[in-house]
Amino acid sequence: MSFFLETLLGGLMSGMLYSLVALGFVLIYKASGVFNFAQGAMVLFAALSMARFSEWIPLWLGMEDNLFLANLLAIAVSVVVMFAVAWLIERLVLRHLVNQEGATLLMATLGIGYFLDGIGQTVFGSDIYKIDVGMPKEPVTVLESVFEGGILINKEDFVAAFIAAMLVLALTIFFQKTATGRALRAVADDHQAAQSIGIPLGRIWVIVWCVAGITALVAGIIWGSKLGAQFSLSTVALRALPVVILGGLTSVPGAIIGGLIIGVGEKLSEVFLGPYVGGGIEIWFAYMLALVFLLFRPQGLFGEKIIDRV
Amino acid sequence: MFYRENGQFKTTYQSDQQIFAIPQDRWAILAIVAVAFIGVPLLVDEYLLRAILIPFLILSLAALGVNILVGYCGQITLGAGASMAVGAYAAYNFLIRVDGMPALAAILLGGLAAALAGIVFGAPSLRVRGLYLAVATLAAQFFWDWAFLRIKWFTNNASSGSVSVADINLLGWTISTPTDKYLFCLGILVVFSLMAKNLVRGSIGRQWMAIRDMDVAATVIGIRPMYAKLSAFAVSSFYVGVAGALWGFVHLGSWEPAAFSIDRSFQLLFMVIIGGMGAISGSFFGAAFIVVLPTFLNQVLGLLGGLFGLEVSVALVSHIEVTVFGALIVFFLIVEPHGIARLWSTGREKLRLWPFPH
Repeated sequence: MSFFLETLLGGLMSGMLYSLVALGFVLIYKASGVFNFAQGAMVLFAALSMARFSEWIPLWLGMEDNLFLANLLAIAVSVVVMFAVAWLIERLVLRHLVNQEGATLLMATLGIGYFLDGIGQTVFGSDIYKIDVGMPKEPVTVLESVFEGGILINKEDFVAAFIAAMLVLALTIFFQKTATGRALRAVADDHQAAQSIGIPLGRIWVIVWCVAGITALVAGIIWGSKLGAQFSLSTVALRALPVVILGGLTSVPGAIIGGLIIGVGEKLSEVFLGPYVGGGIEIWFAYMLALVFLLFRPQGLFGEKIIDRV
Repeated sequence: MFYRENGQFKTTYQSDQQIFAIPQDRWAILAIVAVAFIGVPLLVDEYLLRAILIPFLILSLAALGVNILVGYCGQITLGAGASMAVGAYAAYNFLIRVDGMPALAAILLGGLAAALAGIVFGAPSLRVRGLYLAVATLAAQFFWDWAFLRIKWFTNNASSGSVSVADINLLGWTISTPTDKYLFCLGILVVFSLMAKNLVRGSIGRQWMAIRDMDVAATVIGIRPMYAKLSAFAVSSFYVGVAGALWGFVHLGSWEPAAFSIDRSFQLLFMVIIGGMGAISGSFFGAAFIVVLPTFLNQVLGLLGGLFGLEVSVALVSHIEVTVFGALIVFFLIVEPHGIARLWSTGREKLRLWPFPH
């Protein structure tokens, strides 16, 4: 029983981490109708920038001992870098592809993904770099009074899940309560109507990509301090895709719930089903799980209903 | 001047409905095919055949298959690499498990197996659409990647996980030199292209296009979406599966599942979109672009490095290559979102009026 609960909790935690990446997809799709395959590359780029700047800045400023300040500065610089990336993407790519088909836009973001993968590793190097933001590493045992032996929890996962939850809360408030958030939702609803009441489309898109860049940075820092900032981070996006379609492409809560379902499903299937079929099934099992849900709700659990007009 | 159709009157339905209704087109295509069959093997050296032309032919065939599904039936797929893998591994299993199985038959049976797999994994298209479907097709990609890596039966319990095939023997013709391989692939490609062209302009192709343009409307006028969509998945996967079997049997000789990874799926989709969706010729243009570009970039970067006397490491070159590749893809999409095939047809229109455009 305690083993089952441990797996379940582990699944929920990793689910939160998937949600973080999934959020980036949802934000951009919601506001511009672009399915951003470059999200994984953005996570990698952000993580590399964070890892390298936190290494370089102390060298430049000559303060090797102050880890906290170095991290703070590195985060600030990385935020600026991600803003620059977002601005450039809007300026150089999206502006020229307005009104193109979904498939073309999808391919364009794949191209952006290749570009970011390449340039990130050209500029920042392609080894495994460590990100140390002082995440607690040692596991703890909880609920010893309830179960024999208690449940082993990874503190790092717990902190990560907490940060993810905070980010979601902040985004929800941003979307619901601020003027910019309202403008974003208006653009998401109807580009033309939003434009006709004076919402600047270009600026809104830059903002959305900036927000997605920040989520990528948060995801990059958390995943990076877990696995190290390395190329495989960009494949995290592929793990997050089933989360997005399961939750619905247009729903922020969907990304969270979807992430939890996928995380739990993955872990449970790997532990209880994996041994019978040779293991390593978590990656396709997530997709199959999402597919089963899609067969009943083609627009995802929380997606907007798709209405066909002839 | 030379490309004029004035005075060419068609007096029979047959002549009106030819694939290349204009004689200039017909002769040009025949000339290209003749050069490909006779000129190229005489003139081109082995390296070029092995490194560029054979991959180009096989990937054109795969791109043709993807184009049928994405360009003609409008169902975006990211699982084409998986179809290639199914084709290759199924062909391998037919070859080693059935005594006296001719290699060509094994390749075609591999294609059929891929078609069956395509129908199974295409079934969600009946419920799910657009980007949701694109992501759903990734399920096939990851499932088959896993299956060929973990289920030992498929690889005949090979301890290293890679399988290999001896040279193909076709009615006494042993296909071993690059020239033989080139001719074999070219023959298959020509036959399959002709088939594809006739399929897409026939009844079934028109059904696919109706589904692509507006599936609800197509259903209203009496097209069965299930039949149309699944047949597109089947035909497309058959093409891609045959290409996969050729890739394994002819190009690689021995391979592992990584040869058909998700990057291959992306690559095939790139070919179709850069080449031109819904155009047979687009598959060739796209395949040529994607096959030649990395080699070209590699050479140019090496040259540039030598020019400035810089010691460019292999890793750095590959990163810059990826960067430039991504940038060029975006550039092409912005310049011509409808693909190279559209550029080609605009050029042809210009040529009709040349040298007196009014």
